[in-house]
Amino acid sequence: MADVDVLEKEVVEKPVPKPKEPLFSKKNRKLLSDPFDDNNPITVQVLGICSALAITVKLQPAIVMALSVVFVMASGNVIISLLRNFVPNRIRIIVQLVVVASLVVLVDQVLKAFVYDVSKELAVFVGLIITNCIIMGRLEAFALGNKPWRSFLDGIGNAWGYGIILIIVAFFRELFGSGQLMGYQIVPESWYLANGGFYSDNGFMLLPPMALITVGVLIWIQRARNTKLIED
Amino acid sequence: MKAIQNFLEENIKPNFEKGGKLERYWPVYDGFETFLFVPGHTAESGAHIRDGIDLKRTMNTVIMALVPCLLFGMWNVGLHHYNALGIDATFTQQFIFGAIKVIPMVIVSYGVGLGLEFLFCVIKGHQIEEGYLVSGMLIPLIMPVDIPLWMVALSVAFAVVIGKEVFGGTGMNIFNPALLARAFAFFAYPSYMSGDKVWINTSVREGQAVVDGFSGATALGDLATTGATQYSAFDAFIGTIPGSIGETSVLLIILGAGLLIFTGIGSWRIMLSAVIGGAVMGLIFNAVAPFALSPEQQAFMAVPFWHQLILGGFAFGVVYMATDPVSGSQTETGKYIYGFFIGFLSIMIRVFNPAYPEGVMLAILFMNTMAPLIDHYVIQANIKKRQQRLALKTAGA
Repeated sequence: MADVDVLEKEVVEKPVPKPKEPLFSKKNRKLLSDPFDDNNPITVQVLGICSALAITVKLQPAIVMALSVVFVMASGNVIISLLRNFVPNRIRIIVQLVVVASLVVLVDQVLKAFVYDVSKELAVFVGLIITNCIIMGRLEAFALGNKPWRSFLDGIGNAWGYGIILIIVAFFRELFGSGQLMGYQIVPESWYLANGGFYSDNGFMLLPPMALITVGVLIWIQRARNTKLIED
Repeated sequence: MKAIQNFLEENIKPNFEKGGKLERYWPVYDGFETFLFVPGHTAESGAHIRDGIDLKRTMNTVIMALVPCLLFGMWNVGLHHYNALGIDATFTQQFIFGAIKVIPMVIVSYGVGLGLEFLFCVIKGHQIEEGYLVSGMLIPLIMPVDIPLWMVALSVAFAVVIGKEVFGGTGMNIFNPALLARAFAFFAYPSYMSGDKVWINTSVREGQAVVDGFSGATALGDLATTGATQYSAFDAFIGTIPGSIGETSVLLIILGAGLLIFTGIGSWRIMLSAVIGGAVMGLIFNAVAPFALSPEQQAFMAVPFWHQLILGGFAFGVVYMATDPVSGSQTETGKYIYGFFIGFLSIMIRVFNPAYPEGVMLAILFMNTMAPLIDHYVIQANIKKRQQRLALKTAGA
């Protein structure tokens, strides 16, 4: 899970002076949009699966998790990018870990202070953001070789690419698994068999295997639409 | 028959052939045509036919082997319904009541499953694969009678799409589709798949009531919770106990097994070794029963091994599902190992975890996962043996 894709290292910008790039040039916009489809961290690179299985039972924790990862990843990318010329190559992983760990502790404390219930539900998984392979992967592959602004966009893009899958999976799991969304009852109570109706919640949706199957179905749908992702 | 064939050939078929209006739906047409008639096309290159058997005949044989279980299941449903209400009913009444409950499940199972299968064949442009014919019959037989029909439909859809079509259709699936449907229903709707409410239909009309002291628990459920049951071993063998619709009668399952073995469709190696595996585990439990942790468990462990084998879905699973040629082991030695562990694990799961009385379902699904591994090692061992023999020969010469 934790292996980092080093091959993916993006090309370092050439030192040749060139006209100043607009903030949202086509290339920069691609940094934001690519992780949503062609290069999605979960459905294409298959990284960060563990947390996608663990915290997608309900929609609210999934959204909080997505936001936390966006924060950690964007700030982490910017910090590492700023430090990239000063960090000796041999200790770069340690430096990255320290930066990410500090950011995660920050997020953890904020969550505990403001949304204690959700923080309890996420439990160890906030701390485990440190080991989220997507974050280390982007720091290694991108932030170490790119300027802060581009790294920032890349962080936002990848974190949302991850977050959006989390939210989609959690949406289906909560809706079919407990008949609720964000804790509010969506399926009418009178539909349930216990109340004389015909419906029953699908308990399998609450178990981790179904998260895996849901992610699998998302991958299936994505590849059916985007044929260039199909290998061989 | 001739008239129908002519009509099809002249008026219907051209629409579906290349260039016809409905060319896209050729697989659907072909599926129905070959159902009724022998296909008119022949193999172009050399074919090596030893027997005229094809997938359809294989499937039909299994279905024939299942029919006694189905009919008995219908009668059993009615029998328990009227017993629970304390009404004396004739054989016909009992059978008709059961048929009314069971036939809709069969129709839903086939309707949804074949519908999806046809849909996928049309999308992929393949010929219709007959793999669902058996699964469609097995699924209602391994469901409790009181399960709502839409749950059957959903389980079937899950089994066909996630269990089979994503892997490439009939013959490519890793797991037995029928068991996958049951496992899905079991984990998704546990309160409709286990417990003591679902095995006997107790719907009452005006003026009827359930008799006092009625218990809807299965024999296996009783044993797991209290260590004793009201049903004798003879009842369990004949099949007049509550349970999933088709799984109760060991006698008729043995009859079906006989047909499968006689026609060579079911592997006797798997059946035999599974029964041995179950018996071995049963004997181990009998031996260690005095050391059980709780009195209930002790009583359950002390159940004679042969009694364990005729309870629950053990016999049904071993005969009709463990022998699935696609998801089971392919090598002859592998079949012994595969079957043995199915029996062994079934009894183990059922005794150690009373929440999963149907250990046989989980055991077969687990061994489905292991089957390729078993085959791999069996083949490797064989290669090694032959290499050694060859090395010895060359060394001797």
